[in-house]
Amino acid sequence: MERIEDHLLNIPHARAIGMTLVSHSASGCVVRVPYAEHLVGDPDTGVIHGGVLTALLDNACGMAVRPQGSEQGVSMATLDLRIDYMGAAEPHRDIYAEAVCYKQTRNIAFVRASAYQDSPDEPIATCVAAFMLGTRAEPRSAGTGAEPRSAGTGAEPREAIPDHGAGA
Amino acid sequence: MKMLVELRALGRGQDMQAVVEQIPYARFLGLEVDRKGNEITTIMPFKDDLIGNVILPAIHGGAIGALLELTAVIQLLFDTGCERLPKTIDVSIDYLRSGRPQPTYGRAIVTRHGRRVANVRSEIWQEERSKPIAVSHGHYLLTPF
Repeated sequence: MERIEDHLLNIPHARAIGMTLVSHSASGCVVRVPYAEHLVGDPDTGVIHGGVLTALLDNACGMAVRPQGSEQGVSMATLDLRIDYMGAAEPHRDIYAEAVCYKQTRNIAFVRASAYQDSPDEPIATCVAAFMLGTRAEPRSAGTGAEPRSAGTGAEPREAIPDHGAGA
Repeated sequence: MKMLVELRALGRGQDMQAVVEQIPYARFLGLEVDRKGNEITTIMPFKDDLIGNVILPAIHGGAIGALLELTAVIQLLFDTGCERLPKTIDVSIDYLRSGRPQPTYGRAIVTRHGRRVANVRSEIWQEERSKPIAVSHGHYLLTPF
């Protein structure tokens, strides 16, 4: 079973934007994104793009759910994510996201998170997210979907679209 | 130093492909813009760096959120013309289907456009426009010309 320390290393998009796990506990986790030129969203100011914060917050929220699950790696899908941007991130500085899963039912986990640079008390963005738990953890394969397979070229998988599922 | 002012001076104020090429993060995502008249479609070609779940595999929710946001901002710039890039005030994303290792397309509508704030809805899909993989609505702070 995958260790939570290794989780981000196994996510290509998390690796591509440089996410690392700072800390984790039963109540939540902290994830960091270092400043990098390819993450800049406004060339006039050098401020990191909001999409990077979306990825950071989504991933941190998802990881905050993990410790409470019965297994180490709970398969889940982001249902929704709402982000409020309180201020621009200061260029050339790391961004942290602290996420806490504040309620978990059998099917759904509710998580909130804040992104910050100096301290969690001075957030640059906050978010709330809901995750569906126990989603499919196996690769898509033939014969699992209710919809007929289209006659693909074989170059791309073209199976039935699952009920839900996205992100980390 | 003002990207949009410079593009406008070059007569490329409505050239959204030129705008995304100036945004490092949009370049990192490989974003392309297809414009037919006043209709704009954003395209995010698939690459391994976008994957958030290697087992399924599925595109990361953050990359999906980024495409929704960039689609909204590009539509807003095209419709309004701004001096600076709009700042996101808030955004709400609904994830509807997993993003497959395929190109993803986006469209946005400016639902309400005031002097300082705009409300924009975005939708992204893959093989079928009628089956969006995610939708969003957000508020953006404008800096009009």
